[in-house]
Amino acid sequence: MLSFTLRRLTLAVPTLLIISLLVFLLLDAAPGDPMSQVPLTIPPEVRAQMREALGLGAPAYVQFGLWLKQMFWIEPQVLIDQIFGTSLAADKLRVLSWQTRAPVMDMVAERLPQTLWVVGSAYLIGISIGLPVGILSAYRQYSALDRTGTFVTLVVYSVPPFVTGPLLIGVFAVHLGWVPSVYDTTHRVTDWQSFSVQLRQMILPIAVLALPTAAQLSRYMRASMLDTLPLDYIRTARAKGMPEHIVVLRHALRNSMIPVVTVIALGAPAMFGGAIITEQIFAINGIGAQLIGALQVGDLPTVQTLTFLFAGLIVLANLIADVLYGWLDPRIRYD
Amino acid sequence: MRTTLRILTFFALSVGTTGVAQERGRDGQVNVFFWQAPSLLNPYLTAGLKDLEPAGVVLEPLARFDDSGALVPWLARDIPTQDNGGITEDLQSVTWVLRDNLLWSDGTPVTSEDIRFTWQYCIAEGGGCAQFERFAGISDIEVPDPKTAILRFDAPKAYPYKAFVGLGSPILQAAQFADCLGPRAPTCTAENFAPIGTGPFLVEEFRANDVALFAANPNYREAGKPAFSHMLVKGGGTAETAARAVLETGEFDYAWNLQLSPDVLKRMAAREKGIVITGFSTLVEQIFLNLSNPDPALGDKRATSGNPHPALSDPAVRQALSMAIDRQLLVEIGYGQTGRVTCNTVPAPAAFRSDANEACQAQDIEGARALLDDAGWVDNNGDGVRDRDGTELRFVFQTSVNAVRQNFQNAIKQWWSAIGVETQLRTIDASVFFGGDASSPDTVQKFFVDVQMFANMFDGTDPEAYLAGWRCDRTPTPENQWQGSNYARFCDPEFDALTDQMSRTANSEERAVLGRKMNDILVQNFVTLPLIDRGRVSAHSVTLGGVRLNTWDSELWNIADWTRVKAE
Repeated sequence: MLSFTLRRLTLAVPTLLIISLLVFLLLDAAPGDPMSQVPLTIPPEVRAQMREALGLGAPAYVQFGLWLKQMFWIEPQVLIDQIFGTSLAADKLRVLSWQTRAPVMDMVAERLPQTLWVVGSAYLIGISIGLPVGILSAYRQYSALDRTGTFVTLVVYSVPPFVTGPLLIGVFAVHLGWVPSVYDTTHRVTDWQSFSVQLRQMILPIAVLALPTAAQLSRYMRASMLDTLPLDYIRTARAKGMPEHIVVLRHALRNSMIPVVTVIALGAPAMFGGAIITEQIFAINGIGAQLIGALQVGDLPTVQTLTFLFAGLIVLANLIADVLYGWLDPRIRYD
Repeated sequence: MRTTLRILTFFALSVGTTGVAQERGRDGQVNVFFWQAPSLLNPYLTAGLKDLEPAGVVLEPLARFDDSGALVPWLARDIPTQDNGGITEDLQSVTWVLRDNLLWSDGTPVTSEDIRFTWQYCIAEGGGCAQFERFAGISDIEVPDPKTAILRFDAPKAYPYKAFVGLGSPILQAAQFADCLGPRAPTCTAENFAPIGTGPFLVEEFRANDVALFAANPNYREAGKPAFSHMLVKGGGTAETAARAVLETGEFDYAWNLQLSPDVLKRMAAREKGIVITGFSTLVEQIFLNLSNPDPALGDKRATSGNPHPALSDPAVRQALSMAIDRQLLVEIGYGQTGRVTCNTVPAPAAFRSDANEACQAQDIEGARALLDDAGWVDNNGDGVRDRDGTELRFVFQTSVNAVRQNFQNAIKQWWSAIGVETQLRTIDASVFFGGDASSPDTVQKFFVDVQMFANMFDGTDPEAYLAGWRCDRTPTPENQWQGSNYARFCDPEFDALTDQMSRTANSEERAVLGRKMNDILVQNFVTLPLIDRGRVSAHSVTLGGVRLNTWDSELWNIADWTRVKAE
């Protein structure tokens, strides 16, 4: 298992390099220009100088080479400096955003907490609602509970966040005034009082994000359980006199989890990727908002770095899913 | 007239502040929503209002425009003019004198060296200074004493109120930015995020494209101001998020730039938690007609001045296109209270507004048809489209992707079809359309089609630079990599002579006469068809007092005077 993991990690290096090159070439070829945000009152000669200062004059391979060096040589040094207090990267040029002229990785570090708070906890909540609902629905197939579950999950799953978001805001923030409509990213949790404020401002975005996740997972879980429950080994377990909860939760669930684990693991990078639409609606300035904002203004270093990070996370999530299969089903071996 | 306004403003302010001197920071925190969040707070590295306006509460210029468009001294003692000896007879040097006892927020004194440094910072090679144009023509800045700065120009400068005036050109602290010159400018992240200024607030925390938290400046020059101890500028979300937070839930005190449909704003304002405010400046949505031939068959000569457009070079066609448009209806479908019909490409300030073109206010389909008939454009081949000598009146009409603009395109297409002109519509993503990339065929400068529409404006209250943009030598051509602001390829020696004359004229009345004359030439030649004077819309909470919407400078220009209004 260990050698498998190492082999996969080694393979990931060329994959990621190719991904970053493809992303770079795509962005380079795509229309759009960072100067499009500059008002027309700025004369063309000044625009030309501004472009020059951004390094836009350099040929594509120089720009890409520079990015590679900054991303894989200087940024790790910065990280080491921050952890151990050394000064390896002192004054070396990091990956700078064209829009903010600040290091992209600093902005990622700044934004990751609010994305993880909201999107991450929404994902966990979604999982913890979705799985039990799916299991129960399958165990009591065609019962009132199963039918209600099916109906509700279908409704929730088919309504997009740009409908549920404003709807929830309209009801709970505007009419009832129970919760804020805007997420305050400067709020710090220091005690119970501030924690409850944090909860109130998180509840709507979490609801918007968690419900579709729960709906989707419960469908997968139900289907998978329905496949497993009629199998012979489940009947054997019952015949041996196992208590019902052991039969369902240990024997049936473990086997049914394999397809569900794939869905959960591959959805996990999205936690870091943020939720572009929901972040917009509630003005949560997480990673998703950062990506879309950078795309809109043609801030290529930011887009390049973020897409690369997402690609890395997806490769990693795939690996984790593969490792989990082996743990769930001892028959799966990679050696 | 400017003086009168200044006196009136002064009077109004002094009435507001009489009574007991009040404590600075007494009203707690004011929450401002900039849904397009500021990316950095250094106005010299950005040109977006979303960055300039929040930066303006920290960094201040020598003079700025008030809400009536009048120039008022800010860090300077007064506005230099020829009358008060601040500008020399030859128009080549301008003397600014700083106010007494000015301090930076860190407690050090502001000196004329800072003024000189700011100029050097912007003109430094490799810095990519966005405000470079404001310092054009300055050959040196002399600092005879710590309070006086003399700007020397290499040629007579009739309108010298560009450098150090308005929100795009504030004074930087030399001590802070000394190591950030030229290519080092973008790498000074800490400085660009938290410049030290003289304004009512100082930067306490800045997170790019997210939030900025400001605290009252303890060294601010006016006692008892600002009334707020903190100001939060929140970014993110959409214009609707911002409007809702002020008008519906009351979570925020001020929402900036609410480009929303008129009925949405009206519905939100009905909850009476906030007030929608509108102001007009110089932003005009207009149609540009291509005087050169955009036919791809011309190859390298495509859309260049030597090749006149087969149909649009006829003034009658251009005029008929203008007459067929119902501008009032466009205002209703697109802007409501936040727009108004304009027949001028220079709609303001009042002194520059021509009243010679009001005929465009009313649509005249019959008149347009008659005009085309008389000019010989008739439907000879019975296909429903007018033609003359084998040239059909079929035009391609492009604009950026934007719901309002697409509505306008459709309406205009119908009106033009009513006078026998066929229009094919194109839409281009704004980042390409306005990107100015010489390798893209779809930029406003290349103008490889017949008709295009977008909003144009000028900075501040003086249209000299804007009008000079219509000079013959400002035409985008392959030789200048398609850069230039004369999109329509208008070329008139008389007009060029007027722009030269304006650059030598210092007298403000004469400048206004010249400005109106040039506006009339452009509009009466129908190279641009002005449609709508677009206003700025913002909203503030009913509990926020002192807001005076300023469309000539920053909306936060008088933030020092904002107060919390106690509920009755």
